[in-house]
Amino acid sequence: MAQKVAILGAGLTKFMRRAKETGKELAFEAARMALEEANMDISEIDCVVMATAPDMFDGVHMKGDWLSDGAGAKRKPYMRSYVGGGSGVFAIIHGWYLVASGLFDTCLVVAEEKMSSCMPHPQGAFNAIYDQFLERPLGVNLLWIFSLEMMRYMHVHKISLETIALVSVKNKRNGLDHPCTQKGIAGEYTVKDILNSEVIAYPVYRLMVSPVTDAAAAIVITSEHEAKRRTDNPIWIEGVGWCLDTSYWTNRDLYYPKYVEYAARMAYDMAGIKDPRKEIHVVEPYDPFAYKELHHLEGLLLADKGEAPKLLEKGFWDRDTKDGIPSCPSGGLLGVGNPIAAAGLMKVIEIYLQLKGEAGKRQVKREVKRGLAQAWGDLMQVGTVVILSK
Amino acid sequence: MKFEGISLGLKEFEKEIKVEWKGKLEYEWDCGIALSKFMEGLKHGKILARKCYACGRIMIPPRMFCERCFRPTDEWIELGDEGEILTFSVSFVNWDASRRKKPEIPAVIRLLGTSENMGILHKLGEVGDTLEEVLKNVKIGMKVKAVWKKEKEREGAITDILYFKPIKRRK
Repeated sequence: MAQKVAILGAGLTKFMRRAKETGKELAFEAARMALEEANMDISEIDCVVMATAPDMFDGVHMKGDWLSDGAGAKRKPYMRSYVGGGSGVFAIIHGWYLVASGLFDTCLVVAEEKMSSCMPHPQGAFNAIYDQFLERPLGVNLLWIFSLEMMRYMHVHKISLETIALVSVKNKRNGLDHPCTQKGIAGEYTVKDILNSEVIAYPVYRLMVSPVTDAAAAIVITSEHEAKRRTDNPIWIEGVGWCLDTSYWTNRDLYYPKYVEYAARMAYDMAGIKDPRKEIHVVEPYDPFAYKELHHLEGLLLADKGEAPKLLEKGFWDRDTKDGIPSCPSGGLLGVGNPIAAAGLMKVIEIYLQLKGEAGKRQVKREVKRGLAQAWGDLMQVGTVVILSK
Repeated sequence: MKFEGISLGLKEFEKEIKVEWKGKLEYEWDCGIALSKFMEGLKHGKILARKCYACGRIMIPPRMFCERCFRPTDEWIELGDEGEILTFSVSFVNWDASRRKKPEIPAVIRLLGTSENMGILHKLGEVGDTLEEVLKNVKIGMKVKAVWKKEKEREGAITDILYFKPIKRRK
């Protein structure tokens, strides 16, 4: 059987619209911070996994190899994890199986994104995700897949714009307490403020979209015997799951992310979870757009189809909930920022800090023994899930 | 805890020491077996789908193998050019984040005669020039019909269909 895997340290840089640091420099700072917390030297790291999203952001072919020095990978077994927006959580899954398999005892997992170098706007890099034969000739842009999916989700469950806007209100408020939050992203907003922002691709309003961000995140994971030797309070990786749906994205009913459900079921089975609504105590679902958090909470089976918005209205997902499940206590991508691959790992780190009771002002009120982080990406295609426990 | 990172404002960024590179890459993609036939069909005003006898799905975009059954597909089926709207959006931004006054209206459209949820991405037209007009004129589930380029101007591309417009039913 797989050996148990623990998290021993985490690091983050600030989240920034334009960082002065290069991608390598950002990766180094996050990695160094994670190693410091784990009280480990790079020489004690057996292997390195790095998540970084499209090569086109940096204009560097095979940028995972270029960035590897910043991740401490010199002359080590090194792998790049890359499933678009799902990469950050995929990276810890990747690291998990390198250690769980018994192949290695220690692994440094680094996620980095520097989006600001791509001119005139990193959105352009995303156009190449669309089908080159039948979709790109229509003059696509990335927002379309989200606005089309959001419209379908709202239509099937009869969800109002006001309810979706509440996700932005919640996450932007939570983000105020995150020390790394990107300037100008977090804040106290009302539903009215959100719906008074510009309509960029109806039903998506500007304040329902996460920003362009430069940042890095890193964690150190080890085998059970290494963890027990080094700390009295390890945080364990209990379950991982991932799933990729067809690239024919217009051939699926977009109202429900089946692939997220399959990824979640895989992780729940591994963790021995029978009733996720009782056994998951804090959750960080992927929220690049406001509706996506609700969509993913349903895919994660934490709410029935169409019920996540109703629970939102009741405060079930609030950070200070007593009987609900706090969702995106970090502030998420809407409240902290969205450096694609690093955003997913930031979510894993938030669950790690919540379980350790070290989330500071963001610490949830209810007792937490187990939490889940999820990311999403590719062409409306991939779900990546990790479950952590004390 | 100290978090590293030097955040630059736009003005500061402009003063930074930078290196610029304009990548220029060009590609020509052969459309392959299924899509070449599909594109040829478009040139003649026909929309072709592909059927899998194992799952019974009639699929568009057409494909030579069924990704669900993982076996070759079996038959070409000619569809009409009418469909229904599965979802749509009213987009005011271009790919470079610049804004547009007159919106584009992308939609996922299921062509009649295909299987459930078998949509393609295209655009809607003749439905208004403002958000209010479009939302008044377009509903999910509405029937639409392709508006084609003139036959002489067609080149065997998805853009041979200019857009889809609502079908006006006689009352």
